[in-house]
Amino acid sequence: MSRPGSAAAAGPPLLEVRDLEKRFPIRRGLFARVSGQVRAVDGVSFEVRPGETLALVGESGSGKTTTGRLVLRLLEPSAGSIRFDGVDLMSLPERALRRMRRHLQVIFQDPYGSLNPRMTIGSIVREPLDIHRIGGSRAERDAMVERLLERVGLDAAMRRRYPHEFSGGQRQRIGVARAIALRPKLIVADEPVSALDVSVQAQVINLMVDLQEEYGCAYLFIAHDLALVERIADRVAVMYLGRIVETAPTGDLFRNPLHPYTRALLQAIPVPDPERARERTVLAGDPPSPAEPPPGCRFHPRCPVAIDICRREDPVLREAAPGHRAACHLAPGK
Amino acid sequence: MTALLEVDNLSIHFPARNGVVRAADGISFRVDEGGTLGLVGESGCGKSVTALALLRLVPEPGWIAGGRIVFRGTDLMTLREKEVRPYRGRRIALVFQEPAAALNPVLSVGYQIAEGLIVHGMMKKKEALAEAARLMGQVRIPDAGRRVHEYPHQMSGGMRQRVMIAMALACRPALLVADEPTTALDVTLQAEILDLLRRLRDELGLALLLISHNLGVIAETADRVAVMYAGRIVEEAPVREIFRAPAHPYTAGLLRSMPRPGSSLVPGGAPRRLVAIEGSVPDLADLPAGCAFHPRCADVMPECRATAPTCRPLPDAAATTAAAVSPAAPDAASAAPRRVACFLQHDAAGLPRARPRWPTAPAVPR
Repeated sequence: MSRPGSAAAAGPPLLEVRDLEKRFPIRRGLFARVSGQVRAVDGVSFEVRPGETLALVGESGSGKTTTGRLVLRLLEPSAGSIRFDGVDLMSLPERALRRMRRHLQVIFQDPYGSLNPRMTIGSIVREPLDIHRIGGSRAERDAMVERLLERVGLDAAMRRRYPHEFSGGQRQRIGVARAIALRPKLIVADEPVSALDVSVQAQVINLMVDLQEEYGCAYLFIAHDLALVERIADRVAVMYLGRIVETAPTGDLFRNPLHPYTRALLQAIPVPDPERARERTVLAGDPPSPAEPPPGCRFHPRCPVAIDICRREDPVLREAAPGHRAACHLAPGK
Repeated sequence: MTALLEVDNLSIHFPARNGVVRAADGISFRVDEGGTLGLVGESGCGKSVTALALLRLVPEPGWIAGGRIVFRGTDLMTLREKEVRPYRGRRIALVFQEPAAALNPVLSVGYQIAEGLIVHGMMKKKEALAEAARLMGQVRIPDAGRRVHEYPHQMSGGMRQRVMIAMALACRPALLVADEPTTALDVTLQAEILDLLRRLRDELGLALLLISHNLGVIAETADRVAVMYAGRIVEEAPVREIFRAPAHPYTAGLLRSMPRPGSSLVPGGAPRRLVAIEGSVPDLADLPAGCAFHPRCADVMPECRATAPTCRPLPDAAATTAAAVSPAAPDAASAAPRRVACFLQHDAAGLPRARPRWPTAPAVPR
């Protein structure tokens, strides 16, 4: 939102996801028979343009993390298509996919679980360079590692140390250095700061913002912190129970949320201002299980404005304003 | 307003290879009858162990090294172990972050709520179970009469946290200590649980000690705030004052670093970069000399490196307090003075200094 005139709006999409689905079998009983399916991701379509940040927001069980893993092909989609840089990732043979991964990197949520404790941080950051045979020699790659570590705000001399010697914030910087080592076109960042201390989160966010400006990489930013998303994302997609229920440019979404779930999410953000009047619609009940989504609109049992049709008909995601789409019977639309 | 709980110079130590780790290092705060104190701090600052210490439940091998915990005039530190028991869960009740971990999976939730009433000899089993159902209704668990027989695994995270609150309320405590009660929950559930806590506080006249790292949660719920950093309270003030004009650079930094909702509504847009506090939270076992915040402080002075400042009344407290009390809502919590531990505000003898002002992020209308 906050980058007027950024490259974000122009050009063909870098990532194009269509009707993506992921079903997990539910196994029960002694012989682990498949007794049902969880539709963790149920027909999700979106695109990410070069250099932009698309935030995927939602609560636990919304399918946002699964969506990120499907895009990275860390999970096999059950249906749908993923095009990256004009190439269909789904039909790509393993070797070609591996080459493609150079342009598609990831930053994980947990800086404690995502770094191999037996590797020095130098070899952790060098690994992608080794795999993709970047740089002529080992010495050249080591020099690149030093520059990368310095770029993310760590001392190059630290490359011989092991992950346990670093704080959470420093580990996440290492994770960022590894992700940018290959100058990828897209980084999937799955809750990259939510495991960090409040006072350290801003450092890592600023690093990601600066790197985006330097290298022009796009982010698929998976998060639940809406105030943060409002600040750094160009566009936002809100997920609920495996579906995108609303997507829009960040300013439009926060100024004029069309889906009652988006409105409830925005009102639920605790505001660090005691002078502000507290006014919110508290949602009734808990999110239903993705294994048994309710009929009609999936949000209707918790929706404060549901009408009869919501209980019967599943609303489609339709355009209400340019670039602003919502899946709600009550949203304005063509 | 009268003090319900007064913690005075409390120190909690853990043994370490070279001496002790001070999880709490001479901290003092008070919770008024019916009031809400928000205790803010990041992971490892000692806030959770402080909550446990209030009931003398510091986990081994830690111990309370000194201080007083005065509840309605009785210093719990002077009591024998047996005499503390009537306080645990009955006058002071605890709610934890992880409801899944704090509930017993093989007992029905109704029984677990009733257990306190039975153990404290307040009710017979049958009567206590009926009371459990009533309490579940009070914390807005739908269909309480039936769900009283359910087990924790049959409930969602939000419902389990309601069960925890019902359990805490069972013996009608005067003080509810809630340690990160909504951190494990999604934002919409967090809003519901905070709503519930505020309503219960007002209906039942409960006092609340709310421990959280989330300044938004604190702003919405507390009337006074104590900010903890590396085992010490660095600032304590009425909620409006601390958010309007923080007196400690750590508080100011925290407030500036968190993105505020409404940034996209600012004309021209807010910058994407945030205002970060450099460095990282220190390890309690390896604290810097002097003020523990000094390596991260932009306004550090030579004396900050040498001596740790004590938490003292803010020199111009009277002036700021008068300004903060709005005529529409006379705020009883504002009556007690602000305190701060920072040499920018007072020198080692407690004499006032020129008060620095930190710009706080502008409040944005939604």
